[in-house]
Amino acid sequence: MKYLHLIWAALFRRKTRTILTLLSIIMAFLLFGMLDAVRISFAEAGQSANGAERLQTGARLSFIQTLPKSLTEKIAAVPGVKDVAFANWFGGAYQDPHNQVFTFAVSDNYLDVYPEVIVSAEDRKAFADDLNGILAGEMLIKKYGWKIGDTIPLQSQIFPNQEGSKNWSFKLVGVMSSKDGRAFQSGMIILHWKKFDETTPYNQGEVGWYVSRVTDVNQADRIARDIDALSANSDHETKTQTEQAATRNWIKQMADIGLIVTSIMGAVFFTLVLLTGNTMMQAVRERTNELAVLKTMGFSNHKVLGLVLGESVLLLLLGGAIGLALVSVIGAALPAMSGGMINNTHVGISSWVVGIALATGIGLLIGALPATRAMRINIVDALAGR
Amino acid sequence: MKFLVGLLTFLAVIVGVFAFLNLSWLALLGVLVLLALWMLLTRRGRQAASVTGIGVSTLPQRLGSSAVIVVGIAGVVGVLVAMLAMANGFRETLARTGSNDTVIVMRGASASEVSSVLGHDATVVIAQAPGIAKDDQGRPIASPELVVAANLPMMGGDPEEDFGSVQVRGIGDMAWELRRNATIIEGRKFTPGMRELVAGKGAQRQFQGLEVGHEVKLGNQAWTVVGIFESDDAMESELWGDAGVVGPTYRPNGGNSRTSVFARLTGADAFDAFKAALVSDPRLQVDVDTTLNYFSKQSEGTSKAITVIGMVVGTIMAIGAVFGALNTMFAAVATRAREIATLRAIGFRGLPVVIAIMLETMLLALLGGVLGGFIAWLIFNGYTASTLAAGSTGQLTFELSVAPAVLWTGIKWALAIGFIGGLYPALRAARMPVTTALRES
Repeated sequence: MKYLHLIWAALFRRKTRTILTLLSIIMAFLLFGMLDAVRISFAEAGQSANGAERLQTGARLSFIQTLPKSLTEKIAAVPGVKDVAFANWFGGAYQDPHNQVFTFAVSDNYLDVYPEVIVSAEDRKAFADDLNGILAGEMLIKKYGWKIGDTIPLQSQIFPNQEGSKNWSFKLVGVMSSKDGRAFQSGMIILHWKKFDETTPYNQGEVGWYVSRVTDVNQADRIARDIDALSANSDHETKTQTEQAATRNWIKQMADIGLIVTSIMGAVFFTLVLLTGNTMMQAVRERTNELAVLKTMGFSNHKVLGLVLGESVLLLLLGGAIGLALVSVIGAALPAMSGGMINNTHVGISSWVVGIALATGIGLLIGALPATRAMRINIVDALAGR
Repeated sequence: MKFLVGLLTFLAVIVGVFAFLNLSWLALLGVLVLLALWMLLTRRGRQAASVTGIGVSTLPQRLGSSAVIVVGIAGVVGVLVAMLAMANGFRETLARTGSNDTVIVMRGASASEVSSVLGHDATVVIAQAPGIAKDDQGRPIASPELVVAANLPMMGGDPEEDFGSVQVRGIGDMAWELRRNATIIEGRKFTPGMRELVAGKGAQRQFQGLEVGHEVKLGNQAWTVVGIFESDDAMESELWGDAGVVGPTYRPNGGNSRTSVFARLTGADAFDAFKAALVSDPRLQVDVDTTLNYFSKQSEGTSKAITVIGMVVGTIMAIGAVFGALNTMFAAVATRAREIATLRAIGFRGLPVVIAIMLETMLLALLGGVLGGFIAWLIFNGYTASTLAAGSTGQLTFELSVAPAVLWTGIKWALAIGFIGGLYPALRAARMPVTTALRES
């Protein structure tokens, strides 16, 4: 630690060079922090404590098939199930058919199974009282500038109403929000399943999927099997999964996020090693004289080795820390940019740990060669400029 | 004042780079020709050429630091090209699926096939519309089809847990006539009326059990896979079966309805009349589009998203590479300070020096761009990926495609990075007071 000042001075001996290198490192770690946040955001989707106790039941045949509503009572009677809600895909679009807004038609107790969704008591009551009412997520309300009481025209891409038109209109009666916008409901609309079922001739007592909450998370697998057994060998067999497993499965089908992130970071760090490694080599070559003087004064070979290694590690740690800190600043804009798809933008402890480890590792790697060279400097030759 | 000048140069550079990135190759060729002419014909141009020559000839002595520029830019271009190739491959696969002279008819305002419903009467009416081509026996080449989805276990996953979604298309005889590019490469076509399926090559790669002779379970029914087909487009990711059997499986009380009608027209020019006839028909409420337009629209969102991600990642990497290039070139200018000052002392002007250093940097950048593009092409061209795209109900497999246009974008990015990385060191070299520079060791 007592040599920190010396290392620092050596590092900023050539200000322009060090700052430019530092900026390169910052960019690399900025990218690392962002991509890691994305990766974690996908990896952790559905892994909340509330999510662990939710089971999703859909048609085994495919996700576009519906299930009879009569399953509700049967699922509720399965031992260990606390409550059962259900929902249908509505397929809403606002203003332009391409402007998709996730919209579900849901059962009255839908919000009970999602305790992380915050709806004020008045809004909840207003929703319960108005069959034509909808609740919208805070992100949507902000995006389109809606106000409570507005009439919201929604176009369903699938379902016509009783007049045969696919243009529905609803009254916005309340807001759904969640801590840090983490619940997916913050970016969607819910309407009454009852209204939906009564209005569209295409749906007769059918529901898209069930969401049930279990009393004991450890029994989730057993309960899932029991729910599926209810409709085994019928024409509407079901597939029940924990919310976590269902989400993971969905993401896996979308893209291999992990592979993409790893490949990009591989390319970035490979480039970084070469770039910074070259800078360190240059820095040591220039200072051959000074290093020889240090040795003359009695610095041991190992101390010189340590000084140079310390310099490269410090450079990397400095850049890494600034880069990761920047992610938190920039990250605030990320959820809005991705349309709510990415909602984890804080660099978590794990990212910091991996980032710091990477910085140290790369620092040691690129410092190794120049440091050995510095250690082997022959005092007489170096001072003579040979 | 100095700060203001710096700021102005910076703004000019940013604007210039954006203009450059949108430049066509023709315009760039023009710039190159002008530059070459200038170098050949004017005094300053010849000066610039000779200074560039000196710089380039000393490159081998600075191999390590020059490699930083090349490798740094190769990294940026490699990642950028890979991402753009992914977007491009996805777009191409869907665009290949459609053509100008085939049409798709769906219920009005349906975003995709799966959300559309056409009753049996409607499909009969549509098949009789004017403009549809006829086959040898005089039947219209129109194919009412039913698109649904099925859950099947994914390759390499737990057969009980890891289900993926695959698009299932119920078709009739005419579908094969309509899509002549779809050919059976193994086994045979399904027999109408039987629970038999043919699987696309892409679907076979993605899901377990899609082998000829194997049974797969759709819900609680067992279907036999009797053939594998190849079509080199998005259809390859689907399973095809007899619409008359698929229908009742999925829609117990509406087995005769379909989701869409595909038809081949007598020519691309027959489209307007065909569309007008259907839209004005009071019995129907349908949307009509060419398949080219329909499938291109399906790819829009996803390919745009991939492109944007690629650009964001590429930009951040590019900024990093710019700093790397600046570093190298500042160092290069510093080591050659005496040499440059000498040139200026004997009468060389500032402009040739600036041009020479910029050309040198951009040459290295070009090398990096070509290297990065080549590596990306080597690894990723033809690499198979799959996604569950928006608007589709099944996984779509596609191949990454490193097209010339994609490579060209990569090269332009490389040159832009080289431009910024060379500009500031060049300006410094030209502005350095000759007397101070000569005294430097």
